[in-house]
Amino acid sequence: MSLEAPEPSTHADVGVTEEGLDYDALESLLGDAVIGRETHVNAEAFVVRPDRVANALSVLKEEAGFDHCSCVTAQQYEDRYESIYHLKKYDDPTQEVGVVVPTSVSKPASQSGESVYRTADWHEREAYDLVGIDYDDHPDLRRILLPETWQGHPLGLNYDQEQHQVVPLTEHANPLQEDHQEGADTMFLNVGPHHPATHGVLHLKTTLDGEQVADVESDIGYLHRCEEQICQQGTYRHQIMPYPDRWDYISAGLLNEWAYARAAEDLADLDVPEYAQIIRTMSAELCRIASHLLAVGTFAIDVYGDFSAIFMYAFRDREVVQNILEDLTGQRMMFNYFRLGGVAWDLPEPREEFFEKTRDFLDELPTRLEEYHNLISSNEVLQLRCVDTGIIEPEVAKDYGCTGPVARGSGVDYDLRRDDPYGYYDQLDWDVITEGGCDNYSRVLVRLREVEESAKIIEQCINLLEEWPEDEREIQSNVPRTLKPDADTEIYRAVEGAKGELGIYIRSDGTDTPARFKIRSPCFSNLQALPEMAQGEYVPDLVAALGSLDIVLGEVDR
Amino acid sequence: MSSHNQDTTGAQTTQEARMGEGVDDRFNSKLREAFGSSPFILTKFDSFMNWVRGSSMFMLQFGIACCSIEMMHTYAVKHDLDRFGSGVPRASPRQADVIIVPGTIVSKFAPRMKRVYDQMPEPKFVVSMGSCTCSGGPFQEGYNVVKGAEEVIPCDIHVPGCPPRPEALIYGIVKLQERIAKGETSPVTVKPYELEEFGDLEDDELVQHLADQIDEEDLVMRYNWAESP
Ligand code: SF4
Repeated sequence: MSLEAPEPSTHADVGVTEEGLDYDALESLLGDAVIGRETHVNAEAFVVRPDRVANALSVLKEEAGFDHCSCVTAQQYEDRYESIYHLKKYDDPTQEVGVVVPTSVSKPASQSGESVYRTADWHEREAYDLVGIDYDDHPDLRRILLPETWQGHPLGLNYDQEQHQVVPLTEHANPLQEDHQEGADTMFLNVGPHHPATHGVLHLKTTLDGEQVADVESDIGYLHRCEEQICQQGTYRHQIMPYPDRWDYISAGLLNEWAYARAAEDLADLDVPEYAQIIRTMSAELCRIASHLLAVGTFAIDVYGDFSAIFMYAFRDREVVQNILEDLTGQRMMFNYFRLGGVAWDLPEPREEFFEKTRDFLDELPTRLEEYHNLISSNEVLQLRCVDTGIIEPEVAKDYGCTGPVARGSGVDYDLRRDDPYGYYDQLDWDVITEGGCDNYSRVLVRLREVEESAKIIEQCINLLEEWPEDEREIQSNVPRTLKPDADTEIYRAVEGAKGELGIYIRSDGTDTPARFKIRSPCFSNLQALPEMAQGEYVPDLVAALGSLDIVLGEVDR
Repeated sequence: MSSHNQDTTGAQTTQEARMGEGVDDRFNSKLREAFGSSPFILTKFDSFMNWVRGSSMFMLQFGIACCSIEMMHTYAVKHDLDRFGSGVPRASPRQADVIIVPGTIVSKFAPRMKRVYDQMPEPKFVVSMGSCTCSGGPFQEGYNVVKGAEEVIPCDIHVPGCPPRPEALIYGIVKLQERIAKGETSPVTVKPYELEEFGDLEDDELVQHLADQIDEEDLVMRYNWAESP
């Protein structure tokens, strides 16, 4: 607990009333920047003039308290391009507002929101890359996911997927050929895209000053698998669900599936039976444990060197979780277990065996965690490496749109499971973990402690499931065979994934496939904050900071 | 440095303690028995080399996508790939002789992967893991996805699955070891995508368009999405 009382805010945020947000007050706050208004399922959205974006966003941020720009969605209609800024509040993410910026087809250019929210930088670059919208006064508008020599914008309406593309290899200087001597002690160093410390195919362009990191730029897109395009081709009911498993593939599949399920269920107004919600909650938390264990294990590799004991311990425990999940879903990693309106099937028979197996795991867990704490958190060597390195202050973290353990390790008390409740979380007894250290150490500690909380949740779910009367075990509600949500319904919904806020934006056009499917990935935003953590630190601290961010490239690049 | 004290008291040396009582059966091993009375074997040097190669393989620590998580499980406890003499991952391609390609290959990464493959010393082997490396897998229709690792580098073994279970991967690798030990070579495959100098590309509209962005000598990979299988 911090001893300083939070500064009493001098004014209440505009538009906050007892009954929720007063959008009319917000609209008048924006004045003549607003040219229209739309209603999305999650919130109202203001249509703002393309030359007044920065102004509108900063008014909303400063005076109405929307300090979290969670996502920027870009899309092309027949007659216009559109960027939507999805704004929220870190204090209360149920208070949302959208800012819609239309631009003409002939000259798609609007003002950049980067000066207000740092996180808009990468989001707008992605919008430029995939959809083709220009952002005036954006500091660095380049392609981000696709190679720089790519032709066309693949999510635009008239993209020709068959055209040839040429991708150069020497896009990045090869450090073995020439040491880029800029000054006496300055050196340019490529880390990745094939490098054990980058957790996949990430490329870091680092400028070193002696042994210190002067600048680091992440180059992503080495695993850009067109997830959004694929989801836009799939039908709501069945064809989309297998793909979320592959966004954050570190066994966090069910958490991702939940993101899609939640967005689509709210979009089409489907119910989920209580019993299914409990199963969802339980299995999702199992996934969180598996995911956090891997994060801790690979972090130990990064900090301690090759295949260390912690890594092996983490994998030993992950195997147990994967076995439980395999019993439940039939797969070790790519579960495809959630369905719109429920889950695919009930717990495996004999149920007692399943409960027993899970309980055994939970009973073992405290001992296991103690092992981890002995090896990690109370280890002096690790503390020396991780305490006070890779600092990110809470305000900076918010500016970059960081969420999940990264934000909570900086003391930002933000967890959608509690703040924007879904599933069965609000009826269970558990805590949101925060650590105030803002450093690598805090982030790892948050993960370890969250494992405990997840175990608590699972325990309670199991107790509930065990006592659930046999004839009320309804696993799916009635969902039409072909789902066709009304045309032009738009929704942005998020859940707390393993890495943070995992949001989905869907716009329907009356058919059985989405017209626009946008994934807000927590890792994408978290990774953007890496330079803030690494600048001025030593090279090994850069590696530690990257490890503590726990990115997964499948989700960064999508 | 003190001189070694001659041990006159009869206490065991470390070596003795480790070997334990009795005859050291390292000198009476099954292998020795198999050799018969003379400790020599006659074989072709090639067969011997193949046997050695197949029995001690160094993997490249190479992760791309989801499949690499199952690959890590294959390396880690429980499945412990090293049991089969093919386990320890090397971080540098120059020390590795097997590359497992675990995941989706996209346009930006394919030239990089080719470069990593080229850096491995001969003889080298490729295990392509997962549906993505067979055909593009679930992402086959993506605008950015290379339809299989075989488009870029030659593959010796395909392990299908999304992701293949660790057991499946182990099976694939053991099969590869068998083949190496028997001296079988994999069929030569046609790779549609090669790294070539930009100046050598056929001079068409796209090349002219990119001419001021790419140097003549830069290595490039040209993708022909329509014709790849
Ligand atoms: S085959 Fe499946 S699990 Fe493997 S990389 Fe492709 S999508 Fe991922």
